[in-house]
Amino acid sequence: MHSLLIGLPLLGAAVLLLGGKRTNAWGHYFATAMSIGSFLVGVASFSEMFGLPAEERSIEWTLTEWISVGSFQVPIAFQLDQLSIAFVLLITGVGSLIHVYSIGYMEHDANRRKFFSYLNLFVSAMIVLVLANNYLLLYVGWEGVGLASYLLIGFWQHKPSAATAAKKAFVVNRVGDIGLSLAVMLMFAFFGTVTFAGVNEAADNASEQTATWIGLALLLAACGKSAQFPLQSWLLDAMEGPTPVSALIHAATMVTAGVYLIARSNEIYNIAPTAQLAVVIIGSITYLMGAVIGTAKDDIKKGLAGSTMSQIGLMILAVGLGPIGYVFAIFHLLTHGFFKAGMFLGAGSVMHGMHDDVNMRHYGALRTAMKITYATFGLGFLAIIGIPPFAGFWSKDEIIKVAFSYSPLVGVLTLVGAGVTAFYMTRMMAMTFFGTARWDDDVHPHESPKTMTIPMIILAFGSAFGGMLLLFVADIESWLEPVVGFEHAHHAPDNAILIPVTLAVVAAGAALGWIQYATRDVPRVAPADVSFLTTAARADLYGDAVNEAVFMRPGQYLTRSLVYVDNKVVDGAVNGTAGFVGLVASQLRRLQTGYARSYALMMVLGALVILATAVLVRMS
Amino acid sequence: MSANWFIILSAILFTIGAVGVLVRRNAIVVFMCVEMMLNAANLAFVTFAHTNGNFDGQVIAFFVMVVAAAEVVIGLSIIVTIFRTRRSASIDDASLLKL
Amino acid sequence: MEFAFWICAILAVVGALGMVFSKKAVHSALFVALTMLNLAVLYAVLEAPFLSMVQVIVYTGAVMMLFLFVLMVVGVDSSDSLTESIKGQRVPALLGGAALGVILVGLLGNVVTYNFGLDSATAAADGNMQGLANLIFNRYLFAFEVTSALLITAAIGAMVLAHREHHTPRPTQRDLAEKRFLSGRHPGSLPAPGIYARHNAVDTPALLPDGTMSALSVPKPLASRGALKAVDIAAGEEVSALSRGEAVITSQSTDQVEG
Repeated sequence: MHSLLIGLPLLGAAVLLLGGKRTNAWGHYFATAMSIGSFLVGVASFSEMFGLPAEERSIEWTLTEWISVGSFQVPIAFQLDQLSIAFVLLITGVGSLIHVYSIGYMEHDANRRKFFSYLNLFVSAMIVLVLANNYLLLYVGWEGVGLASYLLIGFWQHKPSAATAAKKAFVVNRVGDIGLSLAVMLMFAFFGTVTFAGVNEAADNASEQTATWIGLALLLAACGKSAQFPLQSWLLDAMEGPTPVSALIHAATMVTAGVYLIARSNEIYNIAPTAQLAVVIIGSITYLMGAVIGTAKDDIKKGLAGSTMSQIGLMILAVGLGPIGYVFAIFHLLTHGFFKAGMFLGAGSVMHGMHDDVNMRHYGALRTAMKITYATFGLGFLAIIGIPPFAGFWSKDEIIKVAFSYSPLVGVLTLVGAGVTAFYMTRMMAMTFFGTARWDDDVHPHESPKTMTIPMIILAFGSAFGGMLLLFVADIESWLEPVVGFEHAHHAPDNAILIPVTLAVVAAGAALGWIQYATRDVPRVAPADVSFLTTAARADLYGDAVNEAVFMRPGQYLTRSLVYVDNKVVDGAVNGTAGFVGLVASQLRRLQTGYARSYALMMVLGALVILATAVLVRMS
Repeated sequence: MSANWFIILSAILFTIGAVGVLVRRNAIVVFMCVEMMLNAANLAFVTFAHTNGNFDGQVIAFFVMVVAAAEVVIGLSIIVTIFRTRRSASIDDASLLKL
Repeated sequence: MEFAFWICAILAVVGALGMVFSKKAVHSALFVALTMLNLAVLYAVLEAPFLSMVQVIVYTGAVMMLFLFVLMVVGVDSSDSLTESIKGQRVPALLGGAALGVILVGLLGNVVTYNFGLDSATAAADGNMQGLANLIFNRYLFAFEVTSALLITAAIGAMVLAHREHHTPRPTQRDLAEKRFLSGRHPGSLPAPGIYARHNAVDTPALLPDGTMSALSVPKPLASRGALKAVDIAAGEEVSALSRGEAVITSQSTDQVEG
């Protein structure tokens, strides 16, 4: 039954892709039904698992043999445990909502069927990723979601920017994939197995050095897929894809795969403090970087993308903290999946009403025109900046707490990040829904159809209550503890002090944003005379420029010089040899007169030489 | 008398035949020169048969004659065929092997 | 024996040299025949009567006649000329030939240090023919069978080479006639030699009504060799006078008419 989780969306993708135009009329409903079906199977599995005692909750099943080379056995086998099921519910739940939303959003798109087939393909690949019981099968899902991401970013491939963005995402992700393949090879080399169970078992006896290398390789993989520094540059460009894709793939699910990978490999990281430190550093950098980028973007989707980068940075930071952080990273991942997807859908709804304009400077005062969008987006806003009792508060607050227990420096960083987050989210909220209306005369903002608003409402519900549900009803700490381990943080600051401080920082950031963007007029054109930090943030903190200067240009020069060497030296040698042979041959050719008598003369002379030799030999 | 004179005669005839092959242009004459060389060889075989006191040399000479006859048949057919298409019996005209 | 050898040896060498230096291929062929006959005598001297007969019958009789037949087909040709057309061929050829002769003679000239003779072998085999047959059908049987295969192959090869494939339907008499008339050339047969010339040999050109000689009436090879007989000028004048209706028919002519 559990295989249906993968099978249903895969069937949907296959039917839509192979069925061709015949499925145009009903394909999107079919795909949505497949996704919802998968979600229902997930719910059934979850309720079944919920009723079992903790130690029996993890189940494994083997579909078929895959690779069998001597002692190296990799079956197509899956593992459904507490961690996987959380992801499965997130993927299929949010995924189904976004399928429904897309029915409205993509209503007039000529390639709607293809869009839905790619969405289904993504869902099935993502479930393969989280259900795989070994790293190699995980790699299959990893590449599958990469493919779906590539296809969907470049869905409007007639736009050169979309095609370029898709290519960029693909290339940058390949860099990360090198890390994953290296990790898999290292595991096989050192442990002789790639299954999670086998690796976990072997990790107990592994040296710290081995674990560190594997951990760093896995971190590189996570950086690529989760858009972490220094492989963050593709995510902002990925906003060229349709908004539901941004919501599903580039906010809620795929980009969190890196967090999943590290949490899944917790046994490796637990014995490799160096790798953990690297994870924390990378997470912190990205957390602040994404937040800074988010403050400067006028494009609503890019602002949200910066926020996504930032929030995933926070999760990566949390998983780097070890057993005190894993649970809260996953917790934040789930709540983030709700509120960020909800906000992306809200952004899509705004764009829908504003003739696909994404510039927030052209928005303003939309709260009256789009009431439902305003309300759902607002709930997401409250959740992300961490106002109690909304979802983000519970997860974020816990992370800040364990960060302080890990190191005061990291704790302060998370606190600062929370303040910046509050600032840019307030800025976004204010520029979009408050202030004066700055839209063009021919634009008539209107609320979106029900297929779009209902998923937004459901996600807003999640943003509002998801945190409490997960923490108090599902008891996520003890739920995930058998898989990723859980330790209470020592030396953590008391909630009575931390919560007020956090809320004060958040309130300060929000107030700053409110004063600057809601009470003052926002110019329709972005002002040019801005501080260096703003300029840098607008340019994504020069991530592309660095990549270009450090990798692309030297690479180009290298290839050019290689081409030069190839043309002049290698080709020269080859052509020179050929030319020399040709020259000699054209001279030797003159011996070939074609006259039989000349050849006969040569024969006679040859015979003479032989005879003369015979005579000389005889005489000596 | 010494049988060496027969061998010397054979060598002289062979050399004359070889020179003829090299200097004559008419394919038929060239062919005759080849026959001359074969006959010179035959003379040597027969002489050696005499000096060795057995018939083996004579048998070999007999086989050479057979081969020569076959060769003449084919060679002259080729010459006639070439003459038919090219209207020439000159061995230099059949020089298509050069570039 | 010595006497026979020197006579035949000198004649054989003369034949060989004549073969190389004759301008005409026919003469070359005849010189080769001379050499071969002399070699046949030398075979007899060397106690090889069977080979001697074979040399006369097969070589001189069959092979050389085959050469003559082919010469007849090919005819007189510019390649008969002894001038050399390939640069750097003749001098190296003569020098190489001389060196070859010197080395061969020097190398083989004193190679024979004993001479058993064939008397005892002939006696043991009960004759030359019997001795040869004994060897051919015992020790050399396989080679003998192979030569038979070679001869058959040669015969088939000669037939294949001589065979001409018809790719178009054989022309009918009508086709040939039309072609002849359409060609624009004289459609009738060529004038016969000797007409009005008082001779009828093939080398005598016919006289045309105006008294001139017709080149068409004599075979071209004869003309190219310059072997034509000159025609009496008086005969030409007589013919032209006759064609103008002037001449009186002499008694000799009348006799011929009556005859």
